[in-house]
Amino acid sequence: MKIPRLTDTTLRDGSHAISYSYTSDQVKDIVHGLDKAGVPVIEVSHGAGLNGSTIQQGFSKTPESELIKVAVETAKQAKIASLFVPGIGTSEELRDAIEIGIKMVRIAVHCTEADVTEQYFHLAKELGIEAVGFLMMSHTQPKEVLVEQAKLMESYGADCVYVVDSAGALVPDGVRERVSALKDALTIDVGMHAHNNLGLAIGNTIAALEAGADQVDGTVRGLGAGAGNAPTEVIVAALNKMDIDTGISLSVLMDLAEEVVAPIIPSPIVIDRDNLSSGYAGVYNSFLLHVRHAAEKFDLNPTEIMEELGKRQAIAGQEDWIIDVAIELAEKKKGLQSIK
Amino acid sequence: MSKVKVGILGSGNIGTDLMYKILKNDGPMELSLMAGIDPNSEGLMRAREMGIEASHEGINDILADSDIKIVFDATSAKAHIQAAEKLRAENKMAIDLTPAAVGPYLVPPVNLNDHIESKNINMVSCAGQATTPLVHAVSREVPVQYAETIATVASRAIGTGTRKNVDEFTRTTANSLVKVGGSISARAVPVFNPAEPPITMVNTIYTVIKEKDFDVDAVKKSIKDMVKNVSEYVPGYRLKAEPIIDYRETPWGRLPVVVIMNEVEGEGDFFPKYAGNLDIMTASARKVGELYASHILQKEEVQQ
Repeated sequence: MKIPRLTDTTLRDGSHAISYSYTSDQVKDIVHGLDKAGVPVIEVSHGAGLNGSTIQQGFSKTPESELIKVAVETAKQAKIASLFVPGIGTSEELRDAIEIGIKMVRIAVHCTEADVTEQYFHLAKELGIEAVGFLMMSHTQPKEVLVEQAKLMESYGADCVYVVDSAGALVPDGVRERVSALKDALTIDVGMHAHNNLGLAIGNTIAALEAGADQVDGTVRGLGAGAGNAPTEVIVAALNKMDIDTGISLSVLMDLAEEVVAPIIPSPIVIDRDNLSSGYAGVYNSFLLHVRHAAEKFDLNPTEIMEELGKRQAIAGQEDWIIDVAIELAEKKKGLQSIK
Repeated sequence: MSKVKVGILGSGNIGTDLMYKILKNDGPMELSLMAGIDPNSEGLMRAREMGIEASHEGINDILADSDIKIVFDATSAKAHIQAAEKLRAENKMAIDLTPAAVGPYLVPPVNLNDHIESKNINMVSCAGQATTPLVHAVSREVPVQYAETIATVASRAIGTGTRKNVDEFTRTTANSLVKVGGSISARAVPVFNPAEPPITMVNTIYTVIKEKDFDVDAVKKSIKDMVKNVSEYVPGYRLKAEPIIDYRETPWGRLPVVVIMNEVEGEGDFFPKYAGNLDIMTASARKVGELYASHILQKEEVQQ
């Protein structure tokens, strides 16, 4: 097994879990800790990527350009990266973020739509930064489709393509076969981004590495959307035990997790009913808080909303369907009650 | 009744669907020419089958026929920028279905009569045609601080042109929500969903209202009236559910947001029914063509 490159996305994926409320000071402290620990890449942006501050997702409390600026100024060795979702972000925001100083962009699309990424890969490469492809909701497609989509990204200039388990719905076998298929088909790096809905975030990360993955993601204390991610400090600890030396300081990360990150998490990230049903139904993790909001407004059980969203094959960026589903379920219930 | 001769430039999917729509209900129009650049294109073959003259000489035969007064351009933004000048020189009215936006945006139920003398108008985008009327329906009752629309369409109903330029699609739609829809600011986000069987186009429209007290019933009535107007020329255009008021945290504070969920099912003329996004473009363009043709006929009568 090779030594993987670790990207910490607490300051991107984690923003979903705290309703996009990161402050400049929090970003400064977290980047400082990660940088000091030796984490090589730190992702900072709205959870839905650059320009994600919307009604659909939730508005950022602090403009993300300010947060990115603080991160760039604070990091001494780490590369600052941002997520970019075509349609949510446009070339303009990508250019602005590069101007501020990001050195990597992760271009994310639903795992069948890679052909919308071409203009953004070209722009990133033209402006001289690293560009990573993010195939979201990878559990929904067999390895053949992922290979075809990853190859498109490679042809546009991607430096790496990630298998992204946005719903936390993959099991280790599913991860292994997808990662090895990509490894076989591509000449560039392959990465893995895991979520913990089935309690498999660390297991899937290790499975990906065993299958040849070159890069993996984590979040400090698992602070990510829904059930959260593979905790960065736990990945490092597990790799240490496997005699794989990432060069990252476990003690610095543990202190960061305990003293800086834990206090800003509103409620512990655990695999509760909502997160388990989300992963089980294959629903995008950042839907969680929106589902809870709709369940409360329409007096429903979040689980039934999750199940229906899974049936409808909702993908990233479709938070609006939550309300649609909730209204329908509520009306159905009302109908049943009036029959009674 | 005399009719105005019209031509379609571009024999791809949009041009072909538009042809069927005009033939089904041509009103004051007479479709006299379908022009493309590929002699083997399916669209040109279908035009001939329907008894319509077809040319693969691009714009040339359209320019050569002085009787053609209105030209629907269903090519590409690049091609339209060149075509626009040539059409203008021949005094032909251009209805532009590309994202070129040489002329002003036109969304039939909102500003159909505003640009009646314009020689070139632009049909915005599919999401623009679907969501601008609903933003306008709210803004004519109460000021809209910010509008945000999410247009979800089946992956299969999104062509290469849009896929290669998502930026353009996003910007054009948002501009229309402000310029035509009347919102103070706006965002538009497209989502391409690959679910099988393919999903019908669905749009969610959020409008943020700053006024503390506003007449919710009047807003809902305005929305329903608007849906009725659009459904007159796009029969599959409807509300998915009763509009709701949801309070959200916004950059302007915790404010009421009118949430409108809309569905657009196509007529299935050439495109499958789920492709309401393509259908609304051609149906809207046909509607505009009808109005301009009537206007030309009226002017001729006055002159006689």
